[in-house]
Amino acid sequence: MASHVIEEPTEVGLVRLAKEGDFSAFQKLIVALQPRVYGLAFRILQQAQDAEDVTQQTFMALIEHIDEFREESSLATWVLRIASNNALKILRKKRGLPVVSISAMEQEDRYSDIPHPEFIAPWSQTADEIAQQAEVQAELDKALSELDDKYRLVFLLRDVEGLSVKETAEALELTESTVKVRLLRARLALRERLTKKFGDALQVMKPDHQHG
Amino acid sequence: MTCEELLKALNDYVDGAELTEICEEFSEHLAGCNPCQVVVDNIRQTISLFHAGRPYAMPAEFEHRLQSQLKARWEEKFGKSASSKATE
Repeated sequence: MASHVIEEPTEVGLVRLAKEGDFSAFQKLIVALQPRVYGLAFRILQQAQDAEDVTQQTFMALIEHIDEFREESSLATWVLRIASNNALKILRKKRGLPVVSISAMEQEDRYSDIPHPEFIAPWSQTADEIAQQAEVQAELDKALSELDDKYRLVFLLRDVEGLSVKETAEALELTESTVKVRLLRARLALRERLTKKFGDALQVMKPDHQHG
Repeated sequence: MTCEELLKALNDYVDGAELTEICEEFSEHLAGCNPCQVVVDNIRQTISLFHAGRPYAMPAEFEHRLQSQLKARWEEKFGKSASSKATE
């Protein structure tokens, strides 16, 4: 059936044009990705200059390697993968750690080691209401900064950037089961921290059962 | 349900996994376990809160600088004509 509306080129179409040298197609592809890469880098590195460096490196690398992009994953996944690797390199350098790939940090994460919820209370406001508050961004950044790098990365890609477990695994070169365990650990740690802050102190409850 | 099964189910449940057998069992468990319900709510709110603050505005000065750097790199790679023809 012929379509009579002028369709916006799809991502695949734009990628093809960009590979042929069309800069405006490239700009269209990256316009929404830029603040995502910047935000991801900022949240990993907690520093504006570093976030700018990562953003610049990432999109320069994208130009460099655009011909190698095969449409097996979405462009966003591909770009976020480059960005997380760039951010992690800077992070490790700053901490005086050897620059290793993310996957080299892979070690067994087991469900059995995960700390159980301790402070349990319903929040006194909804997440939307809390998000409006002035100080909350700093609070969230602080909570993230206290997470181990390997848990923070997974949480940022999966829950903040909204990648699927599979895409997060591809981006970080981890297995899906490792992603799931790390994700749970990050979620529980952040839940614990934020519930102490936003939980209703009058409604604190104790876990009322022991699991075997 | 063992502890490990419960934690795994919690993770999948938060992600809105299909009602697998274990999720069904977890739903049943949730119905009778207020603290577990609250933990699930807490986790969902935690995720929403981080997700809500997601787009970081890039500083305008940086955005401009980045655009010109990218354009320069593009012209280096594809030649001036390719890029200007396309942007006209």
